[in-house]
Amino acid sequence: MAAPLPFETEIHALEDVLKRLEQGASATANMSEEIKRIRRELSGLLKKTYSSLTPWQTVLVSRHPERPQTMDYVSMIFEEFVELRGDRAFGDDQAIRCGFARLGNSKVLLVGHQKGHTLKERQACYYGCAHPEGYRKALNKMKLAAKFHLPIICLIDTPGAFPGIGAEERGQAQLIATSILEMSRLPTPIVCVVIGEGGSGGALGIGVGDRIAVLEHAYYSVISPEGCAGILWKVANEETKPRAAEALRLTSKHLASLGVIDDVLHEPLGGAHREPREMGTTLKSYLLRSIRELKTKKLDRLLDERYNKFRKMGVFLEPREASGGKSS
Amino acid sequence: MSTRTNRGIPEGLWMPCPRCKATLYKKEVQSRLGVCNECGHHFTISARERIDQLLDEDSFEEWFTHLRPCDPLGFIDKVPYAKKLEETQAKTGMSDAAVVGKGFIRGRAIVLCITDFQFMAGSMGSVVGEKLTRAIEEATRLSLPLVIVSGSGGGARMQEGILSLMQMAKVSCALARFDQAGGLYISILTHPTMGGVAASWALQGDLTLAEPGAMVGFAGARTIWNTVRLELPEGFQTSEFLLEHGFVDRIVHRKDLRTEVALLIDYCEHK
Repeated sequence: MAAPLPFETEIHALEDVLKRLEQGASATANMSEEIKRIRRELSGLLKKTYSSLTPWQTVLVSRHPERPQTMDYVSMIFEEFVELRGDRAFGDDQAIRCGFARLGNSKVLLVGHQKGHTLKERQACYYGCAHPEGYRKALNKMKLAAKFHLPIICLIDTPGAFPGIGAEERGQAQLIATSILEMSRLPTPIVCVVIGEGGSGGALGIGVGDRIAVLEHAYYSVISPEGCAGILWKVANEETKPRAAEALRLTSKHLASLGVIDDVLHEPLGGAHREPREMGTTLKSYLLRSIRELKTKKLDRLLDERYNKFRKMGVFLEPREASGGKSS
Repeated sequence: MSTRTNRGIPEGLWMPCPRCKATLYKKEVQSRLGVCNECGHHFTISARERIDQLLDEDSFEEWFTHLRPCDPLGFIDKVPYAKKLEETQAKTGMSDAAVVGKGFIRGRAIVLCITDFQFMAGSMGSVVGEKLTRAIEEATRLSLPLVIVSGSGGGARMQEGILSLMQMAKVSCALARFDQAGGLYISILTHPTMGGVAASWALQGDLTLAEPGAMVGFAGARTIWNTVRLELPEGFQTSEFLLEHGFVDRIVHRKDLRTEVALLIDYCEHK
């Protein structure tokens, strides 16, 4: 059991009491009344807490060690997964996993960040921070998928692309740049879902598609709250990180209002980590529906719509075109 | 940003070179295109100076000057973003960090985009993304070669949050179409080109040129240090480092840029 999130101590206390009562299960009438009462109380508390998470609390939920990751969804909602490894140039980055997969009746290519659950796995995955070879691998497999008209699903969950000496030497910026450009014109449907952390360029590197969704308590941001706090207040601490998270407008609600995502996927009560299967079911039906819709579109139209989706992003003022406008 | 040494050419008659520490006569540096006459250090220069250096005299026609940034996030900072924009606009006389338009380089028509380091470190927000995208779309429509001179310390502009990040995708989409249409894109990296700018259009060129000694990379030195706690090698994330690792075609001295760009354009005509 992971350490409780700081704002969840009351919830955890209730959950413990409930567990003890249920285990004690000498189902006297009194006991079961008590269990029912505590369940009601717990669900009320969860509802109250989770319907009003602050942006910083959302970031903490998105990073919860028990939150389902790409490989958890593989076992929960995909009928088959044939992992495809290696970037054909340098290595095989464990922070991004790729493979053919079966989702319902659809054959797809799945690409997703993996952070790992155990310490060993986390270290092997660099905590979900991909190196250039991860983006090269992903793009190679996505091109393969496009060649055979397989829809692509990208599950995004990274604090950011790995910042290190080797990553820079091997062209971190170059590989992300190439991936973004190529994804914009891959001739097959692409559905991207931010399932946890949407950390900056590392997220966008597998984040260009026809549908962009974010789980309710996931976030997507240009910079981490820690990085932002460090720049604005010189130090990232318990006081500045929440302020930065607030300023960045990184929650699903904000993202939707800024027009950068298509859908928000509702999470189970108390977050995806409490009911991973329920989250899986929601995600699966969203993916199936999106792929079904996108598959009916002619390729030209699909690519035009993808272009126009990103073309519209941005907020600026455009006063009536004066002499400074383009005249040609 | 790890270095704040070369923020353009300071006021006054004399100026120090941040690299060789020589005291330089400002007028002389200017006459040498903003390059130290002792050690060849390339100072950052404004978009206007860049246009004068690169293009044929008075040939630049600026586009989309009416686009203005705003504060869509109501960004909370020591100075509110809206106020910071006003101050920077007053100080620089620019509306935002990008200048785009059409001009001639030794008689060859091109579309030119420049990000100016003076304006919030050349960072990319909605206006920069929109201006570049429109310019690229125009280059596609007019079948003209495209030259983008990048210089951005911060990459994506934090104060516009996720909207800045999405400008990377928007500009990339336009560049993909430009490429599909057979356009030639020459990317010129100048000091500094970092983060989201490096991880999008700056490294999507058909040809990538870099000025000597420019800092170019994805993660800032401080971020890397915080993550791996390793001493960064000498010359890490410089143009020369990128050349050595295979990410740049040529390093070009500022005085040769104009000739080189014209030369490269002539090799890539559809004739």
